[in-house]
Amino acid sequence: MTATAPSVRPPASPGGDERLLRTSPLRKLMGRPELGSVVGAVAVFVFFALVADSFLRASSLATVLYAASTIGIMAVPVSLLMIGGEFDLSAGVMVTSSALISSMFSYQMTANAWVGVGVSLLVTVGFGAFNGFMLTVTKLPSFIITLGTFLMLTGLNLGFTKLIDGTVSTKTIGDMWGFDSAHQVFASTWTIGGMDLKVTILWWLVMVAVATWILLRTRFGNWIFAAGGNADMARAVGVPVRRTKILLYMGVGFGAWVAGQNLLFSFDAVQSGEGVGNELIYIIAAVIGGCLITGGYGSAIGSAVGALIFGMTNKGIVFAEWNPDWFKFFVGAMLLLATLLNAWVRRRAEESRS
Amino acid sequence: MIEPPEEVTPGRPAREDGRTPLVELADVSKYYGNIRALEGVSLEVHPGEITCVLGDNGAGKSTLIKIIAGLHQHDGGDLRIEGETAVLGSPREALDRGIATVYQDLAVVALMPVWRNFFLGSEPTKGKGPFRRLDVDFMRETTRAQLLRMGIDLRDVDQPIGTLSGGERQCVAIARAVYFGAKVLVLDEPTAALGVKQSGVVLKYVAAARDAGLGVVLITHNPHHAYLVGDRFVLLKRGAMAGSHAKDGIALDELIQQMAGGSELEELSHELARAPVPDHLGGHTADAE
Repeated sequence: MTATAPSVRPPASPGGDERLLRTSPLRKLMGRPELGSVVGAVAVFVFFALVADSFLRASSLATVLYAASTIGIMAVPVSLLMIGGEFDLSAGVMVTSSALISSMFSYQMTANAWVGVGVSLLVTVGFGAFNGFMLTVTKLPSFIITLGTFLMLTGLNLGFTKLIDGTVSTKTIGDMWGFDSAHQVFASTWTIGGMDLKVTILWWLVMVAVATWILLRTRFGNWIFAAGGNADMARAVGVPVRRTKILLYMGVGFGAWVAGQNLLFSFDAVQSGEGVGNELIYIIAAVIGGCLITGGYGSAIGSAVGALIFGMTNKGIVFAEWNPDWFKFFVGAMLLLATLLNAWVRRRAEESRS
Repeated sequence: MIEPPEEVTPGRPAREDGRTPLVELADVSKYYGNIRALEGVSLEVHPGEITCVLGDNGAGKSTLIKIIAGLHQHDGGDLRIEGETAVLGSPREALDRGIATVYQDLAVVALMPVWRNFFLGSEPTKGKGPFRRLDVDFMRETTRAQLLRMGIDLRDVDQPIGTLSGGERQCVAIARAVYFGAKVLVLDEPTAALGVKQSGVVLKYVAAARDAGLGVVLITHNPHHAYLVGDRFVLLKRGAMAGSHAKDGIALDELIQQMAGGSELEELSHELARAPVPDHLGGHTADAE
């Protein structure tokens, strides 16, 4: 997204006219991957603003943003990975793993919360590297590879926690040295203009900005699109497709680390069974945000809008005092609509005008 | 040890005017197990000239292309690049030596904008450290200018390349090879999937690449297209060389005749001639019942 508007060209030479394409600004806007999700987000916002009286209150909006940020932090790397043509089904439980590692390492080995935070970063990014490495070495579909690591991590989370702590949740580390400063970084609350905003929102926005920069303005971003769009062609012109995919999985690991530390320092203790099913929520946020499930197309901003729609729907149903059972229905309907829109966009983009 | 190419293959034009070809195949053979994919094939590629390789399906055209592109290595004969005997170990090696290959189907990433496709794998950057970024303005402008040079006038280089016609996509791939300093351009059936008009457009760009001083290898099974632009013609049949001609040494009719395999075509026309329906098939005529 630059400000460089395409310069107006002088009339083409005779014979070149047939190749000129007419693009109206509207058509251009329609071509943005985020478009569908933005329309959807506005619709959902207006809808809940009308049916739920408390939805527009500052405190409610802060709650919505917090819910959106916890999903959005993971939806960003998951969407980059999806643009690169792959899935990560282990993303949900990896968040829990990250929190468990941090908590248990600090408790068992040292008395400093930050040591656990650091170890957790290394191990979680290592999980991501393992996923990417397995994928590129075996050339199996990422669905299978990460389904495997998803189940393995689920088992490890429960098994290790019970083995070490004897119960399904970790011991509290709230009295540990460094807990307060880590809490500041990962789970503090800032009051701005009467709204109590969680620091995760800041993490989320920064990650969206960095991911957008990477996607649109770096060589690596170009490689992500190419790896997902046509890996063979990308390889033929010298793009390191393998390295690109491994790094994308490590990015998911990094996201899981941020989300996991928030989980730990918000609640002090971690339930080892958490996180199962969240991987689908991240994927859904990315898809609603315009990422093609087959790769090669999408945006990080779209994933953020997708996460926002999730947050609004999730909390809006509570504010409207409905039975939260309806939540899943809304999510499913939005996913279908978004996918239909994406399929249409892709057809349009790929259709040949010969 | 480079042997001076004194032996003259029968049918090979005696046009040794002292220039060293960019790429030369001398008596090259390739076997897959006990299958003869290519045997005794010779050809030369000179700067500013188009060498056409003609042949039916299974004649060995794709094997030939794979040897020049570095995907396969030849088993016999010599491959010389600018006079130097060479074996190309990988497509990257071929690229580094100035040989760019444009395949008909996997030339582009359809959903990416034209300018991103153009620079894919060799993106120019500016800035330092964490602010190192794509030089987007340069990329857009260069793409526009290079395509214009080849005669493609795109108003918007931001459109997904999939929205271009098949011919134009081929042309972008050609323009890209020219821009990145290819000396030899190998085109695999660039007009195979295209209509008459689009084929004309592509051939125009092939000629433009030639005029830019590149040596072009044009692989095709269409003698009409080949004759329009070619300077030399190498005919392949069942993996062997069936003829090699300079343009002034052969007429189009003759080329078509040779390519279709003259006598085979006559035989075919006999076989296809209307014959009375044999009795053992029921002897029904078209208007029975």
